[in-house]
Amino acid sequence: MVTYLFILFAVIAIATALAVVFNKSTVSSALFLVLNLLSLAGIYLLLQAQFLAIIQVLVYAGAIMVLFLFVIMLLNIQDEEKIFNKFRVQFVLSFLLVAVVFAQILYSVGSAVNMLPAVSESMKTIGTVEAVGNVLFTKYLIPVEVTAILLTAAVVGALLIAQRKIQLKK
Amino acid sequence: MALNWYLALGAVLFSIGVIGVLTRKNAVVILMSVELMLNAVNLTLVSFSSHFGDINGIILVFFSLCVAASEAAVGLAIIITIFRNNLTVDVSKINLLRW
Repeated sequence: MVTYLFILFAVIAIATALAVVFNKSTVSSALFLVLNLLSLAGIYLLLQAQFLAIIQVLVYAGAIMVLFLFVIMLLNIQDEEKIFNKFRVQFVLSFLLVAVVFAQILYSVGSAVNMLPAVSESMKTIGTVEAVGNVLFTKYLIPVEVTAILLTAAVVGALLIAQRKIQLKK
Repeated sequence: MALNWYLALGAVLFSIGVIGVLTRKNAVVILMSVELMLNAVNLTLVSFSSHFGDINGIILVFFSLCVAASEAAVGLAIIITIFRNNLTVDVSKINLLRW
């Protein structure tokens, strides 16, 4: 059952990721990205990380993608006529670079996988809200506070950058 | 399910994100491809964390989500400013700082 669900979610994730990259319309790209994030949330559920699956849906598919869609709406971007306008050296080089990156990741993963220890059954209950919260608010309390500062700085910075006119003092 | 398949899925998604960053010209789509890559790395972290029963990976993904949210907010603000000044988000036409 888990295998079939994994295959389903993986196919959806890869197909929608390709659709995000190779789509002429920016709005469709954003909506496909939402679908991709939702399928990844399903994969997190298969990995028994329930808290992260919920956070993925709420924060990524909810908040961040709504921000993207608002910006696309504000900018009124025209659809591109062709994604690959001219067949240029740059595209060939970028696809070669992607092949190299993919091969590197697969190589490092393949060489590391044989060294992994076995998994016991007691390891399986780590993704619940209770377990995450216990660690997050004891061992990682200071990083959580720093995250709050980071988010505040990001909001203030975004407002400052996107301001219509910066008032200069005389 | 073996761990390998989750890692392979992460690698494929990361590579698709790299293709998007390298080939597309629309700045918004480039930011979305960066989000794809971040998600692929998150998937790798979660699969290792779940496989080893070590919660620290999940905590790291939590923080990386916060960083992704800040990055999206600031990046989109920069894109809005660029659009206001140049009336385009095509990164090949924005050449103010180009050498």
